[in-house]
Amino acid sequence: MTQPRSRRETIRLLFLISPSLFWLVVFFLIPLLLVLAISFGQRGTYGGVVWNLTLENYRRFFDPLYLRIFGRTLVIALVTTVICLIIGYPLAYFIATRPPRWRNGLILLLMIPFWTNFLIRTYAWLLILRDQGVINTLWTGPIHQFLLQLASALPSPFWEPFLQATTSSLPLFGTNGAIIVGLVYGWLPDMVLPCYAAIERLDFSLVEAAQDLYANRLRSFLHVILPLTMSGIVAGSVLVFIPSLGAYVTPDLLGGAKSVMIGNVIYSQFMSARDYPFGSAISFVLMALMLIGTLVYFRTGTKS
Amino acid sequence: MKTVEKNRRRRGRWLSRWLTLHSVGGYLFLYLPIFILVLYSFNASRYASGPWLGFTLRWYSRLFTDQAIGSALRNTLIVGGSSTLISTIFGTMVALAMERYVFRGKLAFDALLYLPIIIPDIAMAVMLLLFFVLSRVQLGLTTIIISHVAFNISFVAVVVRARLAYFDISLEEAAQDLYADEWQTFRRVTLPLIMPGILGGALLAFTLSIDDFVITFFTAGPGSTTLPLRIYSMVKLGVTPEVNALSSMMLVASITLVFLSLLLQRGGGRGAEVM
Amino acid sequence: MKRKVWLSLAVVIALTIVTGLLAGCGGGRGELPRELHVYNWSEYIDPQVYVDFEAEFGIHVVEDTFANNEELLAKLQAGAGGYDVIVPSDYMVTIMIQQGLLAELNHENLPNLVNLDPKFADPPYDPGLKHCVPYLWGTTGIGYNSEVFEEPPDSWAYLFDPELASQYAGRFTMINDVREAVGAALKYLGYSLNTTSEEELMAARDLLIQQKQWVYSYDSEQYEDLLSADETVMAHAWSGDIFMVAAEDERLWYAIPREGATIWADNLCIPTTAPSKEAAELFINYLLRPDVAARNSNYTWYASPNAAAEEFIDAEILEEPAIYPPEDVMERLEWIADVGPAAPLYERIWTEVKASAP
Repeated sequence: MTQPRSRRETIRLLFLISPSLFWLVVFFLIPLLLVLAISFGQRGTYGGVVWNLTLENYRRFFDPLYLRIFGRTLVIALVTTVICLIIGYPLAYFIATRPPRWRNGLILLLMIPFWTNFLIRTYAWLLILRDQGVINTLWTGPIHQFLLQLASALPSPFWEPFLQATTSSLPLFGTNGAIIVGLVYGWLPDMVLPCYAAIERLDFSLVEAAQDLYANRLRSFLHVILPLTMSGIVAGSVLVFIPSLGAYVTPDLLGGAKSVMIGNVIYSQFMSARDYPFGSAISFVLMALMLIGTLVYFRTGTKS
Repeated sequence: MKTVEKNRRRRGRWLSRWLTLHSVGGYLFLYLPIFILVLYSFNASRYASGPWLGFTLRWYSRLFTDQAIGSALRNTLIVGGSSTLISTIFGTMVALAMERYVFRGKLAFDALLYLPIIIPDIAMAVMLLLFFVLSRVQLGLTTIIISHVAFNISFVAVVVRARLAYFDISLEEAAQDLYADEWQTFRRVTLPLIMPGILGGALLAFTLSIDDFVITFFTAGPGSTTLPLRIYSMVKLGVTPEVNALSSMMLVASITLVFLSLLLQRGGGRGAEVM
Repeated sequence: MKRKVWLSLAVVIALTIVTGLLAGCGGGRGELPRELHVYNWSEYIDPQVYVDFEAEFGIHVVEDTFANNEELLAKLQAGAGGYDVIVPSDYMVTIMIQQGLLAELNHENLPNLVNLDPKFADPPYDPGLKHCVPYLWGTTGIGYNSEVFEEPPDSWAYLFDPELASQYAGRFTMINDVREAVGAALKYLGYSLNTTSEEELMAARDLLIQQKQWVYSYDSEQYEDLLSADETVMAHAWSGDIFMVAAEDERLWYAIPREGATIWADNLCIPTTAPSKEAAELFINYLLRPDVAARNSNYTWYASPNAAAEEFIDAEILEEPAIYPPEDVMERLEWIADVGPAAPLYERIWTEVKASAP
């Protein structure tokens, strides 16, 4: 990479970056600044924006009600990310260690479910989790029957609690758990793909050397493989954490609209309460946090 | 020494068996909802879950005569095609610039380029809505396309840049000794070599565009309902398994596309090998 | 080979765009356009009406749908300017009039207005019908599964009273709308559902927070299907939705709570940004025809404000007291009105309810 060496090169450079520069400045930077500006305004009586500059909206955000919602959103996003990591990293490792012929096919197999529509997939989980859904139909049906058979074959009070449990449906729908399942399902590929890219680039002779050094497989993993694939893990985590943080459709559909996440609050400020300034303030706080987090990542990344 | 080896190998086998089991479980988890969806698209019951009332193709025939879905599909393709085209061109251009040159303000521009990727959908949707409202631009297909390009440029740039990072610049320099013209170098050497990256970026942009819901929802106007928006209202109504039939069709379409691309790739690949 | 792939992909994309654009075009010359854009609630009109309208007048109707009034307003305020006819509810009409979003109707183009029931000729939210024409009206009450209830649950107590509601814990839904949900709580407590008293609103909030542990979900669109699928046994519901599903599932029915409930009317209005006011008025006048109005009533199971339509409306609809209530019930029904500066307070209460632990 060099500085442009001649006038012609400078012109070429400008030519290459100007369309994107224009687009991003006009349709991204300016809207961003607009949101910042509006966040200092006030809601008009019927929902417009009144330009009395105030910090009220930010102060409102630090009200325990919204902080609690934000805290819960953070927790849900974190849990989702961790679960995606636990499920996704080994999956990526598996694919990366198959013969090359198979790898593309396995990756495509991973992606195919995600070429249906995100809403449809969320809806499918609704069908699985609800009281009359697939899981509960099995739970109160065949599983219950099976337990009955066992209980009659080997009578014992041991079966009691299980029999009791299988007479009624599991309350899966409408819980934070349901939301997490929906989010994990939606963003799993975003974890697997970066991890896979990182693991695939590993020089496995290094791994073997490490395994000779550390007789313990676990330690060779922790001290060699993990650090080398860290970039993939971080990228995957970021790609899962961010959308989970801003989710609002999933909590609405799978959480029965009972568990409000910060995305729902923003949505309702714009679509229901028509309090654009307050909604903008919340959006801006969210974006600022993301920005700070990414800057931290870049800093630590360049350090290592 | 031998026992340690054997133990390690035994543990290794156990480990790899567990890995395989975990991965198979993972794939099953991924396909479970899909399976349910497809299964129930043939259910004669009006409800997309619940008892099995018999096999029927009724929902598929209703799907094909549904005008709203037809126009939603058309809108989705228009938006997807346009935004992919524009963002792939712009994104590739900017990727080339970023990987070749250093210039004043590059760090700031780099940050700007990454921002659309790290911003939550809803924040971006809200930003764009406010922008269009305050500049009194009428919402419609155009505003959707503009919004999609705004985030897709960054995604395309990231993919192409990753590809460019592996690009050996000495190839270009060698070519320039052979072909004095820069444009020819670009066309015959650089472009074909980064083409997988460009295609990858285009594919990503297309996928993101046709599946986008949040940003589209906020920036859509009259008559510009796209497929995800239409599906949203269908899902919220929960009316019929037509939704299931639609998802099965989408699945079939994407599997077909995948097979086609694999076939083409194999043909092209062998050609490249010969070269 | 790869170049061919790239080229053919580009051609396909280009063709798609071109076909789409060409198909989308087609504005007509002359007085009336070839297309009419309607922004309506889902499943809120007999689809055949659009077909017949096009057959008679040659104007193709494109319908987009919205899920609640606030969404409609947000879209309109955001400059979504291509709609000819919109269908806001009563209190939203007030807001829109105040914001100058609605065009004034030319009654000379609407000769069929005479068909309206005099009760609706001068509604509180739009005196003299200067801006809109009532389309369908109904109430908000309780949908239920008659196999589960010996007596119809005709009181909000079934949804709010701790002893009663807990019996049906996890088996009923509430409408996911701030004014309706808070309104139900207010009515149960005996207050007006347009109150601006902070004390009364706090009481309603506490009631809703207490109720949350028994609520299956907050749902405005699927509750009737949940009832039919036996996921729930009761639903806070809009009258017509329940009757529509009851036509297929006989176990379901609807009750207006004794303490009082919301009466609402959805109206046909023309935004100031409508592409063609003439076509819009033509369509509205068409919907005012007795037989057309009756068709919509029969399809949606909501009551029609069109008196002349009554001779075409199905007897079961006309005679159902939950659709066309008797006088004494009508007196206890209340219109939702805009609460002006208290609106943020309602919103905040609603957020508190939604954010509280279930």
